[in-house]
Amino acid sequence: MSPDGEGTPMDTIPDPGTVGPDVAPATAFAPAARWGPWRTGLAILRRDLFVTGREFPIFLAQVILQPLFLLFVFGKVLTDLGYARPGYQEVLFPGLVALAAVLTGLQSTALPLVIEFSYSNEIEDRLLAPLPVGGVAVEKVVFAAMRGFVAAVVMFPIGVWILGSIPWQASTGVAVVMMMVLGSMLGAAMGLILGTYVPPHRINVTFALVLTPLIFTGCSQYPWPSLGHLRWFQVVAALNPLTYVSEGLRGLMVPYVPHIATWACFLVGVIYLVVLMAVGMYGFNRRALS
Amino acid sequence: MSTAPRQTAAGAPSGPGVEPSDRGTAVEVRDLVKRYPKAPVDSLAGVSFDVRRGEVFGFLGPNGAGKSTTIGILTTRIRPTGGRAVVAGVDVVADPVGARRVLGVVPQQNNLDRSLSVRQNLLFHASYHGIPRARRNQLADALLEQFGLADRPEGRPDDFSGGQIQRMMIARALMHAPSVLFLDEPSTGLDPAARLFLWEKVAGLKAAGTTVVITTHDMDEAAELSDRVAIIDHGTVLALDTPERLVRDMHSERTLDCTVEAGPTGDARSLGLALAGLVGVRAVDQLDDPAGTGWRFRIDVDGEAAPFVAPVATLVADAGARLTDVRLGEPNLEDVFIHLTGRALR
Repeated sequence: MSPDGEGTPMDTIPDPGTVGPDVAPATAFAPAARWGPWRTGLAILRRDLFVTGREFPIFLAQVILQPLFLLFVFGKVLTDLGYARPGYQEVLFPGLVALAAVLTGLQSTALPLVIEFSYSNEIEDRLLAPLPVGGVAVEKVVFAAMRGFVAAVVMFPIGVWILGSIPWQASTGVAVVMMMVLGSMLGAAMGLILGTYVPPHRINVTFALVLTPLIFTGCSQYPWPSLGHLRWFQVVAALNPLTYVSEGLRGLMVPYVPHIATWACFLVGVIYLVVLMAVGMYGFNRRALS
Repeated sequence: MSTAPRQTAAGAPSGPGVEPSDRGTAVEVRDLVKRYPKAPVDSLAGVSFDVRRGEVFGFLGPNGAGKSTTIGILTTRIRPTGGRAVVAGVDVVADPVGARRVLGVVPQQNNLDRSLSVRQNLLFHASYHGIPRARRNQLADALLEQFGLADRPEGRPDDFSGGQIQRMMIARALMHAPSVLFLDEPSTGLDPAARLFLWEKVAGLKAAGTTVVITTHDMDEAAELSDRVAIIDHGTVLALDTPERLVRDMHSERTLDCTVEAGPTGDARSLGLALAGLVGVRAVDQLDDPAGTGWRFRIDVDGEAAPFVAPVATLVADAGARLTDVRLGEPNLEDVFIHLTGRALR
């Protein structure tokens, strides 16, 4: 058999005479009695973790590069050159953590879904697994959120490395983690919508049209209250789910910088998550079943 | 040509070729209707049939006839507009999750997991279905061996040929030991050797007791593999029986295909009329002659065709022409199909 798979048929096909009636077990194999759809969902999650784990360095490079440059140019270069005020790093860092969580979550659902639903059909084997179709969508979102969370966590050592120190208060640690999880889920839910509603030939243009405004209206590079004199932009920013993650983390990590109240960030974030998931699940079901 | 429905006892426990049995029903389909939004006509307009346990059931029809829609509903990927479908005792609409446990699907297009090796494709599929680790390792090794894939278990699907991909997908579908296996156009794009291998495998599955439902637009495949065949067109089942019975029901028609070298006198039309005048001849059609050197006739006769050769030769000679070729034709599934639908399959 040649490595390119173009071997002649005869050398790849075994003698049919050797094929006996032992091709398949005649009786259906009974899986463990307690096997439920949620365990199928976990098995699918295990597959995704297995594949990502195998190429973990590539995954890290993918998610680190953009925030690393943003952090370096805005947080280090511009402040060292005197174009940004010294305290700007502390405003920027929580926003970039939020950006990493949301963007990575989004890209981790949107792109694979577009490919798996159209070119590769790979998702079919999972849609034919014994769990509700919506379970496959939930698994996608959970897995993408895990990637988003890892990307956000990785920002902390990078921040220490580039900025020398990062704002961190032990007392708000748990809330910070919760906000990072919420941000990752929000990104993944947005990706679910993009991945199921956008036709494959439109995904490039959609990414350009969606990602750029998302990145720059999400208050990751500036605090929302400071936009008071730019009212229309403040309103636009208030529509972006990323804004609440940026502001939430800012409030928890640098409470002395003006920010949207943390409870409001959590509340709006959760409402957004419910709405985005509902829309995304509807789109997923529409694509998965006809 | 008649296009009248000729639904011969869909699901009735009769018919030669399949032993009358009480082994039960593997697939039960009743009045299945599928109407896609904005479509002018129903994709399925009330399809009913039964597949018996342990049989190979062929689903034969041209593209767009409703085969894939029916299989899509049975495999829980398409929701019917109306009707009922039960696979291995599980209602696919009411309990799609339960149905997915008992059915296996080999799709027309490669949907293998390209991030995983061949062996991992099998193993992860089994894990989705709750097969314990030791058991799935053992099963994967056995199936890789049986499907001739054991020498490259760590290769990625992209590095394999079409026939090998097909075998991988069948092996994967068998990992959870489905009661009913659906094969959608399995031999499309396969070379003859790979096709033969596939046919052997299907025979092996049947011997092992797995019910197999195959869709195809290939007459030979349907006749070779299937215990019974359903002919479907325009979303309805036109006929359902064993291939032998379907063919026999063609009023025992036989055909003679004659090629005639034209003589200096006479014309094809008057010769055709003379042939049609023979006792026992049902119809005479003049066919196109691609070579353009003579005339070709297809003569439909009652009973055996051989006794007609001599009188036909005499008539041809009387017309001053010369008979250069005669072929005696038995009706096959394709003739049945054309008879039922008024159009050729491809």
